[in-house]
Amino acid sequence: MKRRILALTAALVLLLTACSDETSHSRGVYMLLDTSGTYTRELEKAQQIINFVLSKLQPGDSFAVARIKTGSFSEKDIIARVTFDGQPSRANLQKRQFREEIDKFVANVKPSAYTDITGGLLQAIEYLDEKAPGRKTVLIFSDMKEELAAGYVREAIPLQMQGYEVVALNVSKLRSDNVDPREYMDRLAHWRQRVEAGGATWRVLNDLERLEALFVD
Amino acid sequence: MSWEMFVLVPGSPLLSGVIWLVVGVALLYLARSAAHQAIASASRLLHHACKLAARSVLLAEQRLKQRNNEVLLAAGREAAERIIEREFERIDASVQRDLAEYPALQRQMSEAIARLEQDYHASAEVPPEPPAWAKVVDAVAKIAPKEPVVGEILEDIHDSMVRAQRTAIEQYRNDNSKRHRILSRMMPLWRKVARVLGEMDKRVNRLLDRSTAIDRHMASYEDILNRSPRAERMLSSSSLTQFFIAGAVLAVAIGGAIINFHLIARPMQEMVGGSSYIMGYKAANIAALVIILVEVAMGLFLMESLRITRLFPIIAALDDRLRVRMIWVAFLFLLALASIEAGLAFMREKLSQDDASLVASLVGGQGEMNAVAANVWITTAAQMGMGFILPFALTFVAIPLESFVHSSRTVLGIVGQGLLRALSFLLRLTGNIFRHGGNMLIRLYDLVIFLPLWVEQRLLARNKAAPAEHPALTVEDAS
Repeated sequence: MKRRILALTAALVLLLTACSDETSHSRGVYMLLDTSGTYTRELEKAQQIINFVLSKLQPGDSFAVARIKTGSFSEKDIIARVTFDGQPSRANLQKRQFREEIDKFVANVKPSAYTDITGGLLQAIEYLDEKAPGRKTVLIFSDMKEELAAGYVREAIPLQMQGYEVVALNVSKLRSDNVDPREYMDRLAHWRQRVEAGGATWRVLNDLERLEALFVD
Repeated sequence: MSWEMFVLVPGSPLLSGVIWLVVGVALLYLARSAAHQAIASASRLLHHACKLAARSVLLAEQRLKQRNNEVLLAAGREAAERIIEREFERIDASVQRDLAEYPALQRQMSEAIARLEQDYHASAEVPPEPPAWAKVVDAVAKIAPKEPVVGEILEDIHDSMVRAQRTAIEQYRNDNSKRHRILSRMMPLWRKVARVLGEMDKRVNRLLDRSTAIDRHMASYEDILNRSPRAERMLSSSSLTQFFIAGAVLAVAIGGAIINFHLIARPMQEMVGGSSYIMGYKAANIAALVIILVEVAMGLFLMESLRITRLFPIIAALDDRLRVRMIWVAFLFLLALASIEAGLAFMREKLSQDDASLVASLVGGQGEMNAVAANVWITTAAQMGMGFILPFALTFVAIPLESFVHSSRTVLGIVGQGLLRALSFLLRLTGNIFRHGGNMLIRLYDLVIFLPLWVEQRLLARNKAAPAEHPALTVEDAS
């Protein structure tokens, strides 16, 4: 009798183990904030986007916000990161703490001299690959004009972004873009080519009233 | 392979076409008889195959119909047995309740009658007895009528007699008054006897009504046992009605279950986590679904134990003590689950408030939040109430479910019958199409080679050697 019970329990455990889903259904979002030069004045808009993303993320999702500065391929540039707890009440608490960290950062941010977007993207890839969520999204809040300090090697590095979705947000036009709009278009085309060559999808979202489009499945 | 290889005369595809046409027609003319037979054989084969298949399908339909009738009659018999059994139970209860008091009623009646009899005897009028010495006085009066002593004696006797008469009259009046009192005491006894008799009459009439109902049910039961067409028609119609009504009620119940699910799915994330998945579905959703299904199962067991439904014969066959225990266990489980649901509904409201507050703080609009929060207790109470009531409401799903399961057997059988009949018709139609299609192909074949056929006819007519016309073969001719 005992053997039968043991066998039955083992079969049940096996069945439950077989039923458990190993596929990740969570979402990982990594947001890069451009803090170079005059773009720091746009950070209030970035706060708005971060708050929107926080309101949309679910328990189990991951979110990190990092700054783009002279050299951005570093964990130190991650301003805040979190993987939300499975319990919705704890997740809400984590969201509140996250927002406070971002508010603190925006209040004290200092502009950087250069803009290392590639370095930030590489850091995003590293972070999201490590978290391995079901859906990976990189949000780039920048004018997408990369300016590297002397000695920094970035252009030759290919981006490995299979399964990623990259969204460029609030890509503002520079004064030179107004003189020659082709510069702006070429800049976006260049980034699209780099991202898509890495296997990711590319989108530009300049109208912040349409943030809902960020999480359209 | 290109079409150019068919061009026999280079540079003139039209001429090549004509040559090919002539060759083709000639070949077709030569193969005419064999081709006709081949077409006829093929069409006959397909026609017979379809006919055979149609017959098999029709036989299957007949078997299904027979089986459906069996199922229908069996279900009807079972239902009639249940009704009759229930009627007998009612009669039993009625006999137990009403006729159990019969000895007491009889005793009351006997006592009342005995008292009436006693009173009747007591009230009988007894004529006053004449004094015994009256005859003596009469004799004395005859002996010496002129004696003064005798006269005095007689005077005394007269006085005594007057006194005695007064006393007797008084006594008589007293007795009459007593008798009247006794008679007036008999009135409530009579009324009581009349009431008791009326009560007994009512009870006996009730029993008679029940027995009439049993007679009616027995008549329909006999109809079912005799497999009368009327019974089959009635059962079939009743089964279809049951199917649609039970289906509608089940749809309502499913709607209730969906609302219930949404009520508890979100707070379940607090218990099992919102990020774990089982087979692609959120574990919290599955947990909520399991709770609802357990509630439905407990409801089923409760209804089974109460003998309202009979989906599980093993439960109906349990002895009464065990069955009552099962009723209590199922009820307690339901109560516990209902309480859990009420708690989860409360938690859901709290989570919703927390979410709304977070979103308001993230995107602004705190003022609106405060306005909404003022009336939040109404939704909280409503959700908790629903969370508590819905599990008990779901208990009653067992009744339409039983009707649906039983009637669906008949309905599925009828649908199957219809499908088989349609299939049989299609097969017969296809068979006929093949037969007539074969004939049509033979005619078309002759149409293609009409020119050599016309020449042949002309030659035959000229030679007058052959019959007037070479008739075209038909499927029947070829066969």
